[in-house]
Amino acid sequence: MGFFLETLMGGLMSGMLYALVALGFVLIFKASGVFNFAQGAMVLFAALAMARFAEWIPAAIGVEGKLLGNLIGFAAAMALMVLVAWLVERLVLSKLVNQEGIALLMATLGIAYFLDGFGQTIFGSDIYRIDVGLPKDPIFLLGGVFEGGLLVIKEDLYAAAIAAALVAVLALFFQYTSTGRALRAVADDHQAAQSIGIPLNRIWVIVWSVAGFVALVAGIIWGSKLGVQFSLSLVALKALPVVILGGLTSVPGAIIGGLIIGVGEKLSEVFIGPMLGGGIEIWFAYVLVLIVLLVRPEGLFGERHIDRV
Amino acid sequence: MFYRENGQFKATYSADLQVFPIRQDRIGMLLLLAFAAVAVPLLADEYMLRAILVPFLILSLAALGLNILVGYCGQISLGTGAFMAVGAYAAFNFHIRFDGMPLLVTLLLAGACATAMGVVFGIPSLRIKGLYLAVATLAAQFFIDWMFLRISWFTNYSPSGSVSISNLSVFGAPIETPQQRYLLCLGIVVAFAMMAKNLVRGRIGREWMAIRDMDVAASVIGIRPVYAKLTAFAVSSFIVGVAGALWGFVHLGSWEPAAFSIDRSFQLLFMVIIGGLGSITGSFFGAAFIIALPIFLNQALPVLGSLVGLHIGTAAVAHTELMIFGALIVFFLIAEPHGLARLWSIGREKLRLWPFPH
Repeated sequence: MGFFLETLMGGLMSGMLYALVALGFVLIFKASGVFNFAQGAMVLFAALAMARFAEWIPAAIGVEGKLLGNLIGFAAAMALMVLVAWLVERLVLSKLVNQEGIALLMATLGIAYFLDGFGQTIFGSDIYRIDVGLPKDPIFLLGGVFEGGLLVIKEDLYAAAIAAALVAVLALFFQYTSTGRALRAVADDHQAAQSIGIPLNRIWVIVWSVAGFVALVAGIIWGSKLGVQFSLSLVALKALPVVILGGLTSVPGAIIGGLIIGVGEKLSEVFIGPMLGGGIEIWFAYVLVLIVLLVRPEGLFGERHIDRV
Repeated sequence: MFYRENGQFKATYSADLQVFPIRQDRIGMLLLLAFAAVAVPLLADEYMLRAILVPFLILSLAALGLNILVGYCGQISLGTGAFMAVGAYAAFNFHIRFDGMPLLVTLLLAGACATAMGVVFGIPSLRIKGLYLAVATLAAQFFIDWMFLRISWFTNYSPSGSVSISNLSVFGAPIETPQQRYLLCLGIVVAFAMMAKNLVRGRIGREWMAIRDMDVAASVIGIRPVYAKLTAFAVSSFIVGVAGALWGFVHLGSWEPAAFSIDRSFQLLFMVIIGGLGSITGSFFGAAFIIALPIFLNQALPVLGSLVGLHIGTAAVAHTELMIFGALIVFFLIAEPHGLARLWSIGREKLRLWPFPH
């Protein structure tokens, strides 16, 4: 039982992190109808920027202290992500208005390749460390209930808390600020939003910036866990089934989808994996999603789509 | 002036139904085929054949298969690499388990296995549409990757899923030199291209296109979506499976599942998009572009770097290549969303009118 709970906890933690990446997908899809394959590349790019800026800038201007260095790195990386968002809107999206979904998807794949190459050209392609001071020591919970207690890594707890906080902040932002309301209006209906004077271009820049921010946070958390390296870009492939499971247009869907996938992956790997020869983590999420989609083609929380001739 | 159909009257139904209705096209096509079959093997050196032309032909075939699914039937698939893997490993198993099975039969049976797999993973397309389907096809990609890595029966119990093949022969003639490999691929590709061209302009192809344009409307006028979508999946994965078997047998010789990873799927999708959705010729253009670009960049970047006094190392070349590749894809999508095939047809239209403006 203790082992089961431990696996469950591990699944929930990694699920929270998947949800974080998935959130970036959902934000952009909601606001611009673009399925952003570049989200993974953005995570890598943001993490690389953060890791390197936190090293370079304090060294250049002679500031001491880890906290300050990290703050400067974070601010610089965030500025860079806003710049990326602006450039993407200017150079790519605004030119591809009214194109088919698949063309936009391919364009974001192009952006992904570009960011992967660009990030590694200017920031280097070694493995970098991001140290934001998350404690790495394991703790044991509920030692009285189970023998030996439940092993939980503190860092995971913090990461999950940060992810949850971020989701809450975003939900509030969408619900209560005027920009958030404009974003929701654009998500509902581009033309109607435009006709009442919401500037689409600015909204797209904002939403890509927010996605960049989410990517940065995800990049920092994943980066401090695994080190900043190219494989970070593949996190997107882990987050894809999450988005689809939750529904492409639903923020809560991304969270719940993330948790389901995270838990499902860990439990299946531990309890079904040995029967099938292991390594089923790679496809389990996708096959799970496939089965769910057969029952609910729009995902768990996606908008019902009605076809009309 | 020279490219004009004036005076070419069609007197019979079969003349009206020709694949190439214009005589100049027919002659041009025959010349092109003769050049590809006779002149290229004589002129091209071994590197050219082995590293550029054979991969180009095989990947064109795979892109052609994918184009039937994505371009003609409108079902986005990100699992093409996996169906190539099914073809390659099925062919491997037929080859080693049935002694003396002719190569062409092996290839066709491999295609049949890929078809079965394609239909199974195509079934969700009856419920799931658009981007959801794209992600669902990733299930095929990851599951099949895993299958060939972990289920060792498929790879004849080799530890890392890597297998190798040798002593190929067709009708008693060995397939060893690059020229022979090239000619084998050329023959198969031409045969499949003709078959595909005839399929897409027939009844079934029109059904696919109707489904692509609007599936509800298509089913209202009596096209069965189940039949149309599943046949598209079947035909597409058959061609992709044969391409995969060729890729393993003729191009690589020995391979492991990583040769058919998700990157391959993306690469093929790029070929289809850049070449032109819903165009047989476009698949060839797309494959040529995607294969030629990295080779070109690899050669050109260090030279360009040395011109401005910069030394560009291999890592930097790889990264710059990624960047330029990404930027070019975006550029192409913006400049010509209908792909190189559209440029080609615009060019032909211009040529027909030349030298007059109208």
